[in-house]
Parts: sequence; structure tokens; C-alpha cells
Amino acid sequence: MDLVLSGFKQAFLLIIRLDRELLRIILLSLKVSAAALFIAAVFGVPLGAVVGLRRFPLRGAAVSLMNTMMGLPPVVVGLFLYILLSRSGPLGFMGLLYTPSAMVIAQSVLAFPIVASLSHSAVMGVDPVIRQAALTLGATPFQAAIAVLNEARYGVMSAVIAAFGRLMAEVGAILIVGGNIAGLTRVMTTTIALESDKGNFELALALGIILLMISLAVNAVLYLLQRSGGMKRGRSWA
Amino acid sequence: MGLRLEASGIHKAYNGNAVLGGCSFSFESGVYALMGTNGCGKSTFLRICALIEDPDMGEVNYYSGALLLEKDIKLRRRITLLLADVGVFNLTVLKNASYGLRIRGMDKNELRQRAESALEFAGLIHKKDHSALTLSSGEARRLGIARAVAVEPEVLFLDEPTAYIDRRNSELIEEMISNMKKETVIIATHDEAQARRLAGRVLSIEGGRLA
Repeated sequence: MDLVLSGFKQAFLLIIRLDRELLRIILLSLKVSAAALFIAAVFGVPLGAVVGLRRFPLRGAAVSLMNTMMGLPPVVVGLFLYILLSRSGPLGFMGLLYTPSAMVIAQSVLAFPIVASLSHSAVMGVDPVIRQAALTLGATPFQAAIAVLNEARYGVMSAVIAAFGRLMAEVGAILIVGGNIAGLTRVMTTTIALESDKGNFELALALGIILLMISLAVNAVLYLLQRSGGMKRGRSWA
Repeated sequence: MGLRLEASGIHKAYNGNAVLGGCSFSFESGVYALMGTNGCGKSTFLRICALIEDPDMGEVNYYSGALLLEKDIKLRRRITLLLADVGVFNLTVLKNASYGLRIRGMDKNELRQRAESALEFAGLIHKKDHSALTLSSGEARRLGIARAVAVEPEVLFLDEPTAYIDRRNSELIEEMISNMKKETVIIATHDEAQARRLAGRVLSIEGGRLA
């Protein structure tokens, strides 16, 4: 219990002091996760919508693949990307290994199936009459698809929140492709892993608490956005 | 010039069960009522005529005078179908009413004016900023009509516009239909008295055919 209290105290002090290194680590964590989330959302939301709205051969297989990929083990993704990006690998000439870019790629790979699969579920949850209603009012198939996606917006937002949560907590893949290099690729989760290895539990715990607070703050903001949007429309999103 | 609709030899089956077995009719300007029991194929016939669904056999053609019109988005935007299940969007009442205009790229001011005027017609102007999901089923049906009327269709299909709603809303909707100045209105209903009140011509679907 003393360790936990001490961790809280140190976290508080680290925040108060605004330690430059700590800030750098936090900012890099947020930047990497936000960039990966952006890429995953740009490709994942449309893919989820297309799979949800279009009928095509092997659609069931595509859905199963997306769902399966949600459980991709981060270390396997990290290892695979390491082989691709290492100097002797097929993409080694790009010199991305042990850079934040490699970490963004790894996290995008992890977030993409989460965003795509949960967006697909959100789109599938929309009453089919919405698409028909849009078509009867003169919508093109694309405009009708946008109408359906608009109805699914809170579900899609939840997909993005879920992916962000996964990214903020991810350590395996970014440790392998980022290398946890101080001042370059060290982020909160990899720092926690390193400090725990060194027996510096107070700092590790402090960073863990800060990580939780950031996740909580981001989720609270998104939740409030969802809630206010829902309440304006007369729905409870609790 | 108004649109003329010709449906010829429309066949439709679902999972091997024939619903329509050769419906043919020519609709010109006026109000028509399409009667029949539940499940007789009224809604299917309307969806096919409104170009939302393809028939298995037969065809639906629209003419402007003697000119056969291509079944493209331009033609689809001259006709509107109000589904039995309206399908209100999770938006405000005003945004629902203006949806058809928005997708046509109408100027914002004109769009607002037209949508508000449609809501006044439906007696829902006082609820324009409310969520459409908070409306009662009768109000939702009126919103559906407002949404359809806002785009000023030349042919309007109404699928069971007063089914499962209270008498007050039913009367309001009948009043709205009577006040419509559309070229062609085709109403599917199973209420014979209503069909006689609203329509100049009453048709019925029996055994998959129009009579």
C-alpha cells in the first residue's frame, strides 16, 4: 500500500514539476497514438461501412477476418514489422526501424481492425429502413451510405475510442520496432516496462497513474461529446 | 409536363413465394388508392413503381408526354415514396424535413424556407428543433410526409400513411393528402372508406394482380 501511495505522490510531484523528459515522453505517446488512430480511422471506418453495406462474395469471410484481426497479438505484429523494416528486410532501405514512424505503423496495424470491425458492427446495427428512406428521397447509393454512416456515428465514435484505449496501453509492438530509445522512441508504456525491470517501481507506478489519467481524460471528453450529441437528439447514451 | 407511369406485367417473388403475378396499369395525374389485404403485395408494387426495387419480370416506365424517360437519378428525384415505416433520421425534425433538399445541393436559405414550409404543412413547425426520435408515431408519419412534400415530387407514393396511428393524426394526414397539389399521388391502404374519401380512382391487388 505504501508503494501505491508513494506512486501517487511521485506522480503528483512529476506533474507539478512539469519534468521536461516526462512531458516529452507523454507528448510522444500521444503523438504516436493519435497519428496511428488517424490512419486507422481513415481506412478502417470506410472499410467497416463498405463491408456493412455492400453484398459481395466472401463477405462473411471478410467479416470473420476483421474480427479475428482484432485480437492480433502486439508482439507478433511487432516481430513481423521488425522483419520487414530491419536493414536486411524488404523495407529496410526506408530506414524506419527504431523511429517513431515505425511505432505509428505498428500501432496503425493494431488499431485498424478494431476500428473497421466495430464500425462494421455499428453500421450493421442501423435499421435498414434508413437506407431505403434516403433512397426514396432521391439519394444516390453513396448518399444513402453516408446517411447510414451518419446514423451509426455514435457507434463509430465508440470504435475510435476503443482503438485509442488499446493504443495508449500498447507496449509489445512499439517496444520491438521502436527500441525504447531515450529521447527518441521512449513512450509511457515502454518507460513503465523499463523502470519496472530496473526495480524503480515508484516511477513506473507514477507513469502508470499518469497514463491512466490521460486515458480517463480523453475518454471523458469523448463520452461527453457523445452524450451531448445524444441528449440533443433526445437519447440517453449512458 | 407531368409524368405518366406505366407498369406492365410486374412479377415479383420472395424466396419462391410469388407476391405479384403480372400487375399492369398506367397512372396519370390524379389520386389513386391501391387496396388489398396485408401481404397482398401493395408495398412491393409501390417500391417497384418508385424504382427502389427491381421486378423479377415486367417493367416500369415513366413518360413525359410521349418521351420515355431514362431510369436515372434525375428521374428518381422527380418521384418519392413514403415508406410504411418512415425511417426518421437521428437528426432534428428540421434536418429530417430538409434531407431530400440537402442531397440535391439546394442553397441553404431556400432549403430552410422549403423545409419550414413543409413542416408548417405537417403541423410540426413548433417541433422543428426537436429530435425526430422524440416524435410520436403519428407525428413521425407526418414528418415523413413533410419530408416527401418538401422535395416537391411529381409522383408521390404513400404506403399505408395512416396505419397504426391514432384517429387525430390519421385525420391530420388525410387532410394533408387532400391538400396536396401533386400531379400524381398513389396511396396504398387497406381502409376502404379512406380510399373512397381520398382517391379519384380505387384499385385493388388480388391474387397478385391489379383489378
